[in-house]
Amino acid sequence: MAQLSVDDITLRFGGVTAIANVSLTIEPGQIYAIIGPNGAGKTSLLNCISGVYKPQHGRLVFEGQDMASLRPYDIARLGIARAFQNIALFRGMTVLDNLLVGRHIHMRSGVLSGMAFWGRARREEIEHREIVEDIIDFLEIEAIRKQTVGSLAYGLRKRVEVGRALAMAPKLLLLDEPMAGMNAEEKEDMARFIIDINQERGITCILIEHDMSVVMDLSDQVAVLDFGRKLAEGTPDEVKANPEVIKAYLGEELAIEHVE
Amino acid sequence: MQSGVFHTTYGKDMALQQSSWQKWRLGLVLAALLIFPFVADNSQLYLANTIAIAAIGAIGLNILVGFTGQISLGQGAFLGVGAYASALFTGRLFELFGGTGGTPFLVSILLAALFTALVGTLFGLPSLRLKGLYLAIATLAAQQIIIWIITHTPKLTGGESFSLRPTLLFGLNMNQNGDFRFYWLLIPIAILVTLAATNLFRTRVGRSFVAVRDRDIAAEVMGINLFRTKLLAFAVSSFFVGLAGALLAHYRLVISPDRFEIGTSISFLAMIIIGGMGSIAGSIYGAAFITLLPALIESLGRQVSNIYPNIDTMLPYIQQGAFGLVIILFLIFEPEGLAKVWHNIKNYFNLWPFSY
Ligand SMILES: Nc1ncnc2c1ncn2[C@@H]1O[C@H](COP(=O)(O)OP(=O)(O)OP(=O)(O)O)[C@@H](O)[C@H]1O
Ligand SMILES: [Mg+2]
Repeated sequence: MAQLSVDDITLRFGGVTAIANVSLTIEPGQIYAIIGPNGAGKTSLLNCISGVYKPQHGRLVFEGQDMASLRPYDIARLGIARAFQNIALFRGMTVLDNLLVGRHIHMRSGVLSGMAFWGRARREEIEHREIVEDIIDFLEIEAIRKQTVGSLAYGLRKRVEVGRALAMAPKLLLLDEPMAGMNAEEKEDMARFIIDINQERGITCILIEHDMSVVMDLSDQVAVLDFGRKLAEGTPDEVKANPEVIKAYLGEELAIEHVE
Repeated sequence: MQSGVFHTTYGKDMALQQSSWQKWRLGLVLAALLIFPFVADNSQLYLANTIAIAAIGAIGLNILVGFTGQISLGQGAFLGVGAYASALFTGRLFELFGGTGGTPFLVSILLAALFTALVGTLFGLPSLRLKGLYLAIATLAAQQIIIWIITHTPKLTGGESFSLRPTLLFGLNMNQNGDFRFYWLLIPIAILVTLAATNLFRTRVGRSFVAVRDRDIAAEVMGINLFRTKLLAFAVSSFFVGLAGALLAHYRLVISPDRFEIGTSISFLAMIIIGGMGSIAGSIYGAAFITLLPALIESLGRQVSNIYPNIDTMLPYIQQGAFGLVIILFLIFEPEGLAKVWHNIKNYFNLWPFSY
């Protein structure tokens, strides 16, 4: 059974149709790439999956559950996490606290036990701190764990953004251009992290990325969006060979490095 | 030389006082607080008590404004809710129904704080739809509505002024030698509130407040229910503000609506701006600063009064001018407030003499 099925969704903003009758099927364990030129509707699609926008038409089903009536905070609890394209970290918090917010849905303590910092609240903090420290080690950001994220370099912030989503221990991870604006070395690190997240932690990934070589290397399936429509879908090789894709997109874009 | 702070367990890493120097400093502050009432005169004790009450209120306001990013101009009125509620619970509410009893003082201030939390939550409802300036206007409406209710229900609130019964704590009349006795009540409560608020922000709920302030959409996508969290922030904040109001009422024994006007809301905002938005320690510094500033100017005025005999009539204007000037200076030069100034000084000396 598909883990996530996007069934014929349409999303409009006034006169602009950001997504037009798009259907996708994401199987558990996949790295599923979504590519397409600027404004194609990729981020809008993620916004529909995480419940920030509700499509005017069509259905989204995650592990058998219709998502139509779910708010973003319900969807987080289903096991869907997201790293944002325009870094959306909690600026005033440390790296550690940002990741701990990722643990929010797995924690219980309330106002009173928190204020007492005694018994359960304290145990819970330590227990989740350990989980978060694992992720910090994994992403190799030990040195900055107590820094306020507002003071970090761009590439590191992108990494923390992924770490925060990972802290939610999701089943499905939405990665919106996690490598945009990075240098080659940082991109390589990020690619390695994504492979580990997928293979060692068994997390399904939806990856939006402009760098074609990365997409072709990492992904099991690729969907191509253009002006809100799905142009093609298939394995990287199939997509590369698809004449429509070559004509509309890859033809001019493949050689050009995207600068965001 | 100390080159940093290292920890072997996460439990220790989470401790509030990390280095032995911090423990020493804490010990010194506590010792000073213990000695102070025996060396201070009544007017100094009065200032200390006023600072303690203001600090509780400022921590409450900072939880909402500084930590959760929800602007409120209703602080004054919420203090009033706490003050009048506790005044009613300890006496008049019973008299209204022909009784003579009253709720014990400690129970009463707790009930008053809870009642204020309820009222605060109610007036927090617009925060679902409104942000920033619009929310500020909505809380301004709350301010006016509450004061209107207080002045228009004289049976309940005594209208112009309301005299409370003396405060009894375990049979002891707290208002006899009140400045001294209340000191031993207010300082421990202020310390407890400080601890509770500090703990709140190193656990789950407090982090969700800050997350909502910094990036609401991201917070929601991470499983935080924005509306519930904002309402909870209004509730927790108003609880402390109500507690401050209730303590104020029992300390002063006479309350009147004009103590809880918009001007009070502004002073409390000034406290957290000057002390530091989103800083518990800053709330205390700010409360001390705003309480001491007029007192300081007054005593300076008295000293120069033989040179400038007319200074007395000008004092209120000088006080207000200084108040405004200080807020502006902080907004321009140190938006993170006294907490940041203190932090910088500490860092300088922590690494001294190699501080560049
Ligand atoms: N909140 C919004 N209001 C109005 N229009 C929007 C909104 N969000 C997206 N759009 C429009 O929807 C279309 C798709 O935008 P989207 O951000 O999904 O593209 P994208 O594929 O992610 O592009 P990029 O590669 O630049 O990130 C664009 O025309 C955009 O202007
Ligand atoms: Mg995008």
